[in-house]
Amino acid sequence: MSDTALKDKASHAGFLKNNLREYGMLISLFAIMIFFEVVTNGTLLRPLNLTNLVLQNSYIVIMALGMLLVIVTGHIDLSVGSVAGFIGAVAAVLMVKFDLHFIPATLICLALGGLIGAAQGYWVAYFKIPSFIVTLAGMLVFKGLALAILAGQSVGPFPPTFQKLSSGFIPELIPDAGNLYPTSLAIGAALALAMVWLNFRGRARQEAHHIHTEPYGFFLAKNALLFAVILYFAYLIASHRGLPNVLVIMTALIALYAFVTTRTTIGRQIYAVGGNEKAAKLSGIKTERLTFLTFVNMGVLAALAGLVFAARLNTATPKAGLGFELDVIAACFIGGASAYGGVGRVGGAVIGALIMGVMNNGMSILGIGIDYQQVIKGLVLLGAVCLDVYNQRRA
Amino acid sequence: MNALLEMQGISKHFAGVRALSDVTFAVRPGEIHALVGENGAGKSTLMKVLSGVYPHGSYEGAIVFDGEERRFSDITDSEALGIIIIHQELALVPLLSIAENIFIANPPGRFGIIDRGAVHKRTKELLAKVGLDESPDTLVTNIGVGKQQLVEIAKALSKKVRLLILDEPTASLSEKDSAALLDLLLEFKAQGIASILISHKLNEVSKVADRITVLRDGRTVDTLDCHEGAVEEDRIISKMVDRDLEHRYPKREPKIGGPIFKVTNWSAYHPLHSDRQVIRNVDFEVRRGEIVGIAGLMGAGRTEFAMSIFGRSWGQKISGRAEMEGREVDLSTVRRAIDAGLAYVTEDRKQLGLLLAEDIRKNVTLANLPAVAPGRVIDDMKELRVASDYRARMRIRCHSVFQETGKLSGGNQQKVVLSKWLFTDPKVLILDEPTRGIDVGAKYEIYCIINELADAGKGVVVISSEMPELLGICDRICVMNEGAFVGEFPGAEASQEKIMRAIMRKGEQRPMEALA
Repeated sequence: MSDTALKDKASHAGFLKNNLREYGMLISLFAIMIFFEVVTNGTLLRPLNLTNLVLQNSYIVIMALGMLLVIVTGHIDLSVGSVAGFIGAVAAVLMVKFDLHFIPATLICLALGGLIGAAQGYWVAYFKIPSFIVTLAGMLVFKGLALAILAGQSVGPFPPTFQKLSSGFIPELIPDAGNLYPTSLAIGAALALAMVWLNFRGRARQEAHHIHTEPYGFFLAKNALLFAVILYFAYLIASHRGLPNVLVIMTALIALYAFVTTRTTIGRQIYAVGGNEKAAKLSGIKTERLTFLTFVNMGVLAALAGLVFAARLNTATPKAGLGFELDVIAACFIGGASAYGGVGRVGGAVIGALIMGVMNNGMSILGIGIDYQQVIKGLVLLGAVCLDVYNQRRA
Repeated sequence: MNALLEMQGISKHFAGVRALSDVTFAVRPGEIHALVGENGAGKSTLMKVLSGVYPHGSYEGAIVFDGEERRFSDITDSEALGIIIIHQELALVPLLSIAENIFIANPPGRFGIIDRGAVHKRTKELLAKVGLDESPDTLVTNIGVGKQQLVEIAKALSKKVRLLILDEPTASLSEKDSAALLDLLLEFKAQGIASILISHKLNEVSKVADRITVLRDGRTVDTLDCHEGAVEEDRIISKMVDRDLEHRYPKREPKIGGPIFKVTNWSAYHPLHSDRQVIRNVDFEVRRGEIVGIAGLMGAGRTEFAMSIFGRSWGQKISGRAEMEGREVDLSTVRRAIDAGLAYVTEDRKQLGLLLAEDIRKNVTLANLPAVAPGRVIDDMKELRVASDYRARMRIRCHSVFQETGKLSGGNQQKVVLSKWLFTDPKVLILDEPTRGIDVGAKYEIYCIINELADAGKGVVVISSEMPELLGICDRICVMNEGAFVGEFPGAEASQEKIMRAIMRKGEQRPMEALA
């Protein structure tokens, strides 16, 4: 039996040490941001660059949300880059060649993404074909199809309304406020307040049920920091052109997926399938259907990412989406997901994606070539996962 | 008499926890020395010290083998002296042949090129020694657990073994295979090979052991010599648990009501071989408040029968009629079976029962999440209350319900699995080997829980390979052999002999209809 001596280590240092794994990734992200902020002489966090950073990484974050679920069920999806590229191509053909309005075109593209996910998920879930193989096949198929429907050429530009998906900003309600966009700042402040309020409410509930909570001082410091950081970033964003549309979509999706994975029955069951599929099945969970649905979900999100990327480039090219799957998968693993399934958090995957994004951006500012950028990213991925495994063993 | 092995004053700490303190343990040449104790008593730790898994310097005390003090730095050092350990979880590669497994570490040959002829020949000799009649080329995955155990022993014999350590060798074997294995140990003894037998099955221990050492809480309690008069099982148990278990099975006054669950003409075929009927047109019935045991040898079809009922989790072409409380029910998926009021507690709680990386709370609610999730959103405080309730009710020993189930002892893990199923509020529970790999104290608690369930008016089916257990707790025992029931006895009239006889002369006794 475990001893009870471990139970009460209330000292802050001890608490931090025990929870290093949970906060480790966040601390790494901040460390990397501060590092690049210093070596780029403050370019990294300039409002313009920060907005760009968000736009550049939005599609990776969006796909990482779906990939996390796929990885948690114990699978992998190598096709997301090709699917995103293919959907971008379909969108271009629909909107540019057939002059379809952007709303039906977008809906068709998302549905098509879901269909692609269903087609792949079907083989994985019901025929038990390893996802690695199915999605490797999918990767080839959709890369080829993208080439085929674009006839090897770039198609564009998109209608201006569609471009707004990536390059647009939320409308400003209070114009002429100098260089600041007050609406965006207010939304940021509201978000910061909401997060802190949720944390306090959660803590109160836990205390009401006598659950061991983190030390109060630590809790306060954490929330103060959280509040300050969100507000600061909102200020930075608001001093360029306000909130990008895609950031709003992204934040909403992150909140949605965080809620689904931690608080709903379907989220719980997905983790159960990844943790022990046989036990989950014998507990009455429809394991095949859940696996299938995670792939459908992945397809829809890959389609959305493809649309965002196409809108950002304002053209669909046969090379779009190339290698995205690697960044997306790396983001999940850097964020602490386990390759064996059952483990991984939405917050972790988002932080993983941001770590990759900040490194890309920072190294580009520094003028490091694409060659060594890849070497460094590869080593960071390996290092992050090694650290995680080491922490797990020590625990 | 000079000892072959003497472990003197062994102490071992893990991060401040004392796992072994001043343990003294000696094995004489050519004896079978049993090591018994509850889970966590320190048996495995002691054997890991002996085999060098915990190297010299990580423990206090001395190991004397063959009259010399030995300082092993890893397992190859101890193997070189002929100390071979066979772990509870078999370490065979399923998709390699028997011969390849036996000579996996150092196959005969030169310059890294394996001499296949020699491998084949020596494997045949070794298999003959352990009495296994299989071709050396057979893949390990194609033979049963009992035979795999023999392959492990043959593998041990391929090295020069002088002291064989067997950790729970019969835990997953049928009575027949267990007996064969114990005979083999006696044969080794005749050849002068000493063995250390770690086992929870006291009847086996008292049958073959020369001496029995009892460990409790990391200390040697006593070493009993079986040649100085018979050692009673109850005496061993009381030493193991430090309390007199007057009865190993709690008393109960059965209050049996009307039929609650019934299957008729149930049959199922092997999942891979569609022409092999494994369950043969079986009739079975449980009454309210009744504990029914299903006895049988390994491979008799008991688990297959239970799982085919429980949402067709085993087999194909399953047919038959199932009735719950007189109404026909659809058991075609696990979900439907659960909704019909059925629960199946698996024999393999680690592989099929638990999410080992998740905490107790998430495991308890897994099979009935909607009950803590109105509108599909989990009410985590309600979930916590449920888990805490079961923790108290089942006396799950843990420091909180947020503890990972993988870190609990076998008995507590089993209580978590039982909690999960009780939370589905079943009418009938099928418990498959509910006390496998659990220490004596926890077994008693599980029996108490089973009794409470029956007293609450549920129907309880217990599948067990330990006949004394069935005789101790069941109101009625059905005997299964080759996928059909071949005998049935009221609990009071049943005996091990009667059950074995029913298995041996199958088909003479009339099955189920006798009582119905």
